Amino acid sequence: MEKWIFVPTAAASVLCAAFMLFARNAVHAALLLVANFFTLAVLYVLLDAHFLAAVQIIVYAGAIMVLFLFVIMLIGVDREEDLSESIPFQRPLAIALGFGFAGVMAFVFWTTLRGKPGKGLVAANASGNVQGLGRLLFTRYMFPFEVASVLLIVAAIGAMILGRRRDEEEEASEVALHGPDPVGADRREPGIVS
Amino acid sequence: MIDPFAVLTLAATLFAIGAVGVLVRRNSIIIFMSVELMLNAVNLTLVTFARMKGTLDGQVLAFFVIIVAAAEVVVGLAIIMSLYRRKASASVDDAKTMKW
Repeated sequence: MEKWIFVPTAAASVLCAAFMLFARNAVHAALLLVANFFTLAVLYVLLDAHFLAAVQIIVYAGAIMVLFLFVIMLIGVDREEDLSESIPFQRPLAIALGFGFAGVMAFVFWTTLRGKPGKGLVAANASGNVQGLGRLLFTRYMFPFEVASVLLIVAAIGAMILGRRRDEEEEASEVALHGPDPVGADRREPGIVS
Repeated sequence: MIDPFAVLTLAATLFAIGAVGVLVRRNSIIIFMSVELMLNAVNLTLVTFARMKGTLDGQVLAFFVIIVAAAEVVVGLAIIMSLYRRKASASVDDAKTMKW
C-alpha cells in the first residue's frame, strides 16, 4: 500500500526538481519548487513525520515561496539568462559530478541500508507525533530553540537593513565624511522607480 | 514500511539536482531555489534516519533546519534585492566587484 503512494510521489518529486533546473522562466521554476515541496510533505506523512509535513506546507510552500515570488515580481522575469560559460566545461562537468554523487550515494545506501527498515516510530509516536516533538523541543532542545528565536529576529532586522533604500540625507552625510564616493555613479539604483 | 534505501536514494537524487542547479544556472534566484531544494533533500534524509532509529530527534533537527532555512531565505533574498538595485541584474556573473 505504502509503495503505491511512494513511487508516484518520488517520481513526481524528481520530475519537478529536474524541470525546475531547466525552467527558462523564474516563475515556472518557483511553481515547480512548490510542487516539489508538496511531494516532500506527502513523503513526510509516509515517514510518520506529521508535524513536519504540516510545517513543510505552511512554512515552505506558504511563506518562503511567497517571498520568492515577491522578489521575482520585484526584479522582473523577462531577462534572458546569459548562457556563455566563464569556466570551460563547467556545465557538463557539473552534471556529470552531480549524477556521479547521486550514484555513489545510491550505491552506499544499497550496500549498507537496503532491506533494513529499522525500528520505526510507532513507539516514539505513541502519544502523538506533535506531543513527542514538543516534549523534545522544550526539554532536551530548549537552548537551541531559544537560540533559533534570536536567529529569526536577527534575520528580520538584517533583511530590513539590507532592503532599505539609502536616503539622500545619509548619502550627503557620507560624502561630507569621506569625500565624494568614487563609485557613486554605480550606486545610483539604475532604472528602478518604484 | 518503505525501504529506507528508496527514500535515501530519492533524497540523494534531489540533492544532486540541487547541486547541479547551483553550478549550472546563472540567475541568482534560481540558484537560491536550488539551495532550498538541497536543504529539503537533507531534511528528507534526517526524517528517514529518525524513523530508522526509532526516536524523534531527527525530526527535531529537521525542524531546526527549516527554521534556519527561513532565516536564510529572508537575508538571501534581501541581498539579491540590494544587488539588483546596484547592478540592475539578477545574474551572478554581474556580481564580481570583489573578484580579484
